This record gives sequence, C-alpha cells and structure tokens, in this order.
Amino acid sequence: MAKPEEIQRIKKIAWDLRADVVKMIGVGKAGHLGGSCSLAEIVATLYFAKMHFDPKAIHDPSRDRFLLSKGHSVLIQYAALVELGVIPRDEMGKVKTLAGKLQGHPDMMTPGMEAVTGSLGQGLSISVGMALALRLEKSTSRVYVIMGDGELAEGQLWEAAMAAARYKLDSITAILDRNRIQATGPTREIFDIPNLEDKWRAFGWNVLNVDGHDVGAILDVLDKAAEIKGAPTVIVADTIKGKGVSFAENTAAFHNGIMTQEQYDKALAEIAESGRMVE
Amino acid sequence: MTSPNLRSAYGASLVRLGTKDKRVVALEADLGKSTQSAMFQAEFPDRYFQMGIAEQNMASTAAGFALTGMIPFIHSFAVFATGRDYDQLRNSICIPNLPVRICGSSAGLSDFGDGKTHQGIEDVALMRALPNMTVLCPADSIEVEKMMDCLLDWPGPVYLRINRNDLPFVSPADEPYSIGKVTMLRDGSHAAVFAAGVMVSRSLEAATALATEGISVRVLDVSTIKPLDREAIIRYAGGVDAIVTAEEHSIIGGIGSAVVEALRGVSHAPVEFVGIPDSFGISAEGYPELLVHFGLTSDAVASTIKTLLKGGRK
Repeated sequence: MAKPEEIQRIKKIAWDLRADVVKMIGVGKAGHLGGSCSLAEIVATLYFAKMHFDPKAIHDPSRDRFLLSKGHSVLIQYAALVELGVIPRDEMGKVKTLAGKLQGHPDMMTPGMEAVTGSLGQGLSISVGMALALRLEKSTSRVYVIMGDGELAEGQLWEAAMAAARYKLDSITAILDRNRIQATGPTREIFDIPNLEDKWRAFGWNVLNVDGHDVGAILDVLDKAAEIKGAPTVIVADTIKGKGVSFAENTAAFHNGIMTQEQYDKALAEIAESGRMVE
Repeated sequence: MTSPNLRSAYGASLVRLGTKDKRVVALEADLGKSTQSAMFQAEFPDRYFQMGIAEQNMASTAAGFALTGMIPFIHSFAVFATGRDYDQLRNSICIPNLPVRICGSSAGLSDFGDGKTHQGIEDVALMRALPNMTVLCPADSIEVEKMMDCLLDWPGPVYLRINRNDLPFVSPADEPYSIGKVTMLRDGSHAAVFAAGVMVSRSLEAATALATEGISVRVLDVSTIKPLDREAIIRYAGGVDAIVTAEEHSIIGGIGSAVVEALRGVSHAPVEFVGIPDSFGISAEGYPELLVHFGLTSDAVASTIKTLLKGGRK
C-alpha cells in the first residue's frame, strides 16, 4: 500500500500536468484535451513514482520505457517531461509550431520520446520489440504502453497482443485508457468492442482493472502487474475523458477541441481549484 | 564459391552479419524457407523471431528492436514486405529513421506461379517515396553479399529487393562496393542502358548482340535506386544518342522514373523505358516465360535502343 503523502504528492502533480495541457492548447487552437486529461493520474504515477527513469539520463539503457500508442494524447507526456526538466519549459508555448520541438504526435525530435506513434495501433508492437530486445540484453527494464479504447479497433494491436503472449513478455505493462469516447462519439456507438477483458484473456494476457483517477489504486495495480510472471498484463483503467474540465468531460467535442478564452479561463480555474482540494 | 541464387546469398550473408555483430536479429512472417532467413534461425535461434503471418506487427516490432539498439532484418515477399505494412514502415520506422532492414524476397515477377497477389512490381515506387528509405536492387548474388556487408553501419532503413531465382553473375567480384554506387559494366558510345536486378544481365546480352551490328552500348548497374547518385546518372547519360532504362517493375515510379528525375533540368538524349506497363502480374509456368510475356528480354532492350537511335538519326 502506498503512503498517503506519496498519493497526495502525485495527485497534486496530476493537476499541475492538466493545467499545463490546457496552457499548451491555449485559446482558439485545436488540441487533444480529452484524452490527455483522462491520463493525468496514470502518467503522473508512472513518471513521478513508478518508472525507473532518470530525467538527467534519458538514454540510460536501464530506464523503463513509456510509450503512448494513443499518440494524440502526447500533451500530457510533454507536461510530465517539462515538469521533470527533460523538455525546457519555454517549449510549451511553441507546441505544434515550426519554432518548437513539440510535434502534434510523439516524435524523436523531442527529448524523452521513445518512439514515433500516432498512426494508431502501432505502440504495442513497438513495445513487443523493445521487450524482446531488453530480454536479449538481460535487462530488467519494464515497458509501459498506453492504448486508447477507440484504438482497439486497429487489427495490428491484436497481432501485437498475440505476439506478446507468444513470447511471454511479462516486462510489458499495457494500460488501456478506457474513457469510452472516441473522436466522433461514444465508443459504444462508433465501434463497440464488448467483453474487452475476456478478449484480452483469450489472447493470453493477464487482466487487471483500476479506477484510472485513483492514484493509490494505480500505484497498487502497477505493483501487482509487475509481479505477474510468464505473460504480459493489461490494466484496464476506467477513466473520464476530459477529466477535471467540466465542459470537456465525457464529450467527443473536446477529443480535439478548440477552447474560447472563457473556456480556457474556466478550465484553468477548475483545475487550480481541484489541485487545492488535494489535501 | 558463391551460389548464383540470390536468396541463398542473402541467407548466408545474414548469417555472416549475425556472426560478426550480435545486434543483428531476424524477424520472419512464416516465409523463412523462401526468404532463407531460416539459415539465420539455424545458426542463431535466440536472435530469430517468428512473428507469424502478421507483417504489420513484425514491422513495428522491428522498430522496437531498433529503438533498443538492435539491427533488425525483417522478411517477407516483396509485395507483402512493402505493401501490407506500408504505414508501419512509414510511421514506426522511416519517420524516426531507424536502422531496420526490410528484405523483400521473391520480388518482381520471380514468384512466377503465384500470380498477381504475390508479384511485387510496384514495391520500388512505394519504397522510393518514403523519406529516409534506402532502396537496393542487386543484380546478382555477388552484389547481394557486398550490399549486406554495408548494412551493419548504414544509417536509417533499407529496403532490399531480392529475386527468387538464380541470376547470371554480372558484377565485378573484385571491385570495392558501396551503397550509392552506379557500376558501369560495359562502356559504349551510342546508347546507355540503366538497369537493375534481372534486367542487368539482359541488358548486357543486348549490348553484346548490338555490337555485332556496330551499335555500341554502355550498360550501368543501378543497384542503389535510392539515394540515387545523380551526378553519376548525368555523367553516364552523356555523350550518347539514346538512353534506355530496364527494370522488372512497373514503369510508374521505378528505375525509369528515378533516372528521368535525375536527368531533369539537363539536356540529354531521348529516354525510353523497358518495364512492366501499368498492370498486375500473372501466373506462368516459368520465370523466363513470364519475363518474355512482359517484354523484359534482351531483345526488347535491343529493339528499344534501335528504335530510339533511328528516331535520333532521323
């Protein structure tokens, strides 16, 4: 069980990361607010508590790897890497501009990125290659890969799921950000994939569930996943798309939406208030 | 003694690289006996990864290997190695410029019996269009071996187009080789033929035949299709009255296109393509028969040269 002060610390960071996501999107410009906010607690827990990752040695071969297969949510990763000092803070104002290094999707030109993702469905396969290579090198590094629930319609993910099970890649922890909303509507309406947990089990994976906004539970479930040997584990994290920004919660409108000045101010105010409530 | 079979030379070379460098790993999509990656499997079972009939996953998995310091070779038939996983090659591999080697085996029409679905005749066009991708098409097994020896250190992704069959030896065994080299196999003053793969030996045959008619033909082996040595193409295209390209590929986007792209902006003799018209392949009983069907013969090269020269002489 994680200590309460540790949980408080990570919760605070998660709200700080959300605020940075809103700031990076800004006013009058489209940005992937919803899927970034649904991941704040998971990303904060990984980068600031669980992962073996030294921000001063980002190429250390023994580091744990972090991959966003749902690459469009990269703003939350940028926020974490800014907070860790890997990405200079002034890059935040230059996101998706010719003057900056922060691309619309994960790119190796950005410090701290582990792979190019964004064409959906490829991240789990990349993590399979990493895990196999790490095994050859007798490394104990773990590979964390985050997928979206809409993304699961990509057939390649299931090819990768079979490969990870075939090679018993227990160094992979996959996390499914099940926020139940995709680009154009609820996943249930767009392309329903029922019995998700059963499907992963049938593909040879261990399945764990967690509330993706409960930091204490995330800490525990990540520990549990790392202990399971002989097969890969997927953590199905139930989350709220746009979590923490009332007008963006549970709506496809802010999958990649544009905020007015009023909405921008409201988003930052709500996030700041939620951050203050963490006691 | 080197086997005249390109696949055998490929498999043996892969084993050689694997012996030399333990970063070399091989991934296969259930065609290991055809691609000859099975030779690597026999030698290095721990570094051989059977990925099943799932080329998309294989390609992105290779990206993961490369991102972790390995030099992965992935294998399938050319048509699948480039088409089935095009998006994975583009995004997982080419954007980050990773040293993944893509072996497109049984390329062109060389899988003669299996027909349209298995004959990769637009693979060069696809791979050439990808930024960062190097595109290689060896003319014989000697060139396969020499190319493979360049692949431990060559930066970025490489597509290697491997013919299924035995091909005549044409490349000079004792000459040093480097990626990017355009090799002049025969000099001549009336016409220049830029060829790759199986069409190199056929173009040499055409040059020999035309010599008896007093027509002098220069033959160039363009085994590195990308990055194309533009200076060399312009230089070798100079001083002749006819330029012909010869390839076992669609005339859209292949070596002909690449040569004309290289010659743009400079004055040059008229150009004609010997290649496959905009169509799919077809099943045949044998490879030579299929090459004849699509006009990929020494006679076709010779007559194309003569037609151009007649036009040029008026």
